[in-house]
Amino acid sequence: MIWQAFWAVAQRDLLLAWRRKSEGLSAVFFFVVVAALFPLGIGPEMNVLRNIAPGVLWVGALLSSMLALQRLFEADYRDGTLEQMALSPVAMPLLVGAKMLAHWLVSGLPLVLLAPVLGLQFDLSGDALVTLTLALLLGTPILSLVGGVGAALTLGVRGGGVLLSLLVLPLFVPVLVFGAGAVEAQVSGLGVQAHLSILMAMLLPAVFFGPLASAFALRIALE
Amino acid sequence: MNILRANFWFHYAGPQAFYGLAGRLWPWFAALAAVLGVWGLWLGFMVAPADAQQGEGYRIIFVHVPASWMSMVIYLAMAFWSVLGLTFNTRLSGMMTRALAPTGAMFAFLSLWTGALWGKPMWGTWWVWDARLTSELILFFLYLGYIALTSAIDDQRRGDRAGALIAIVGAINVPIIYFSVKWWNTLHQGASVSLTKSPSMAQVMLWGMLLMALCFWLYTIALVLCRVRTTILQRESHTAWVQAIAQEAA
Amino acid sequence: MIWDSWTQFWAMGGYGIYVWGSMGVTIACMAIEVWQARLARKQLLTQLRAENEGNL
Repeated sequence: MIWQAFWAVAQRDLLLAWRRKSEGLSAVFFFVVVAALFPLGIGPEMNVLRNIAPGVLWVGALLSSMLALQRLFEADYRDGTLEQMALSPVAMPLLVGAKMLAHWLVSGLPLVLLAPVLGLQFDLSGDALVTLTLALLLGTPILSLVGGVGAALTLGVRGGGVLLSLLVLPLFVPVLVFGAGAVEAQVSGLGVQAHLSILMAMLLPAVFFGPLASAFALRIALE
Repeated sequence: MNILRANFWFHYAGPQAFYGLAGRLWPWFAALAAVLGVWGLWLGFMVAPADAQQGEGYRIIFVHVPASWMSMVIYLAMAFWSVLGLTFNTRLSGMMTRALAPTGAMFAFLSLWTGALWGKPMWGTWWVWDARLTSELILFFLYLGYIALTSAIDDQRRGDRAGALIAIVGAINVPIIYFSVKWWNTLHQGASVSLTKSPSMAQVMLWGMLLMALCFWLYTIALVLCRVRTTILQRESHTAWVQAIAQEAA
Repeated sequence: MIWDSWTQFWAMGGYGIYVWGSMGVTIACMAIEVWQARLARKQLLTQLRAENEGNL
C-alpha cells in the first residue's frame, strides 16, 4: 500500500507537469540560456571558456533549480491536496519524497542530460564532460531534496521567491563547491574520487532527511 | 524544590517569570562584560608586545577571534532553543531564538569585516575563497535567511517554528566552519588554541583574546536578555501584568 | 607601557587604519545594537501606554 501511494503521487506530479509543459521547460530553458550567453558575453577565447565552464554550468543548474523549486508545493497547497497528504495514513515524508522525485525528473534530470551538450560550447574534453554529468547526476537530486525544505518553509509567504533563494543558497553552496570542483579536478589531472565521494556523502543523508524535514515544514505551513 | 516536578524545570519557561528573571540578571552580565572588556583591551593594547612577524597589526585578533567564536556559538544557541521549542512547544524558545539572531548576524559580519582588514595588510588580499571564509559567509547568509523568514511570516507562532527548522538545518554549517581549517589546507591559518594542546601564541596575547571572547559572550547574554524582555512585552501585551508595567513606566 | 607616545599608539606601526578600522566598526556596531534595543523597548512601552489610554 505504501509503495502504491508513493508511485501514485509521483505519477500524478509527472502527469501534471506533462500537461503544463511550459512550466517545466522554462527552468530548463533558463539553464540553456545561461550556458549560451556566457560564451557570447565573455568572447570566444577557448582557454578562458574552458576555465570557467564548470562554474558557469553549475551555477546555471543551481539557479535553474532555485527557479523550479517554487513550483514544488505551490499548486498542491492552493488546491488543498497538500492537506489531504498530511491527513493520509501513509507517512507524509514518503509522499513528499515522491513529489521530490517527480520534481527532479522534470527539472533536474533534463539539466543532467543537457549539460554535456552545453559543455561542448566550452570546449571541455570528453572526460570532463563525463565528470560533469556524473557530478550533476549526484548534485541535482540534492538540490531538489534540500531545496524542498526551503520551498516548504516559504509556502504562501510574502516575497516567497527571493526569500526561498536566500534560504537555500547557503545550503547549496557546498554542493556547488564540490560539484564544480570535481570537474576542475578532472581537468587539472587530479582524481575526481574525492569530490564525487563527498557529493554522494551529501546525497545519501539528503535522501533521508530532506523529505522528513520538508514534511515537518509543510505541517508548520499548513497549521 | 522537588526536581522531579515539571514546574521546577519549566517555571522560567513562562514569559512572565522569565521577564522578571531576565530583568534581574542582565545588569550583572552587562557589568561583568564591561569589566572584562576593559581588562581585555588593556592587556591587548597596553601590555601585549608587538608580534614578531605581523608587528602591531596582529592586534585585530582581539576582536576578530572573539567575534568569530560568538557568531558560531550564537548560532548553536539558536539551534538549541529551536530544538527545545519544537520539542516542548514553549513560546519563549521562539522568542529567545529571534532575540539571538541579530546579534549573531552582527558578529558574523564583524568576523568577515575584521578578517578582511587583517587579511589585506598581512596576506595581501581582502578576501579569498578558502573553506573557513566561505563557510563563515554562508553562516552570515544563514542568519540573514532566518531573520528574513521570521520577519516575512505574519503569524508569530508559525514564524517561530519555521525559523526553528531553518536554525536547526543550518547548524550543520558550524562544525564545518570550525573544522574547515583542519580539513583543508588553504589560506586561513590553522587553530592556535586547542582544548588538548598548549596554545601556540604568547601568554599575554592569549589572555587578552580569551578575556575579549568572554566579554563578547557576556555582552551577548545581557543584550539578548534585554531584547527578549521587549519581545515578551510585545507578545503578551494583552495580559494584565504587561499593561500594569506599561502604566508604571509612565 | 609599551608605547612611547600617543602618536605611536594611534599609528599602530603603520597598521593604524586596519586596526582602528576594525576596533571602530566593532564598537560602533555594538553601540548601535544597544541603542536599538533600548529604543525598541521605549517605543513599545509608549505604544502600549497609548493603547491602554484608548481602552480606559
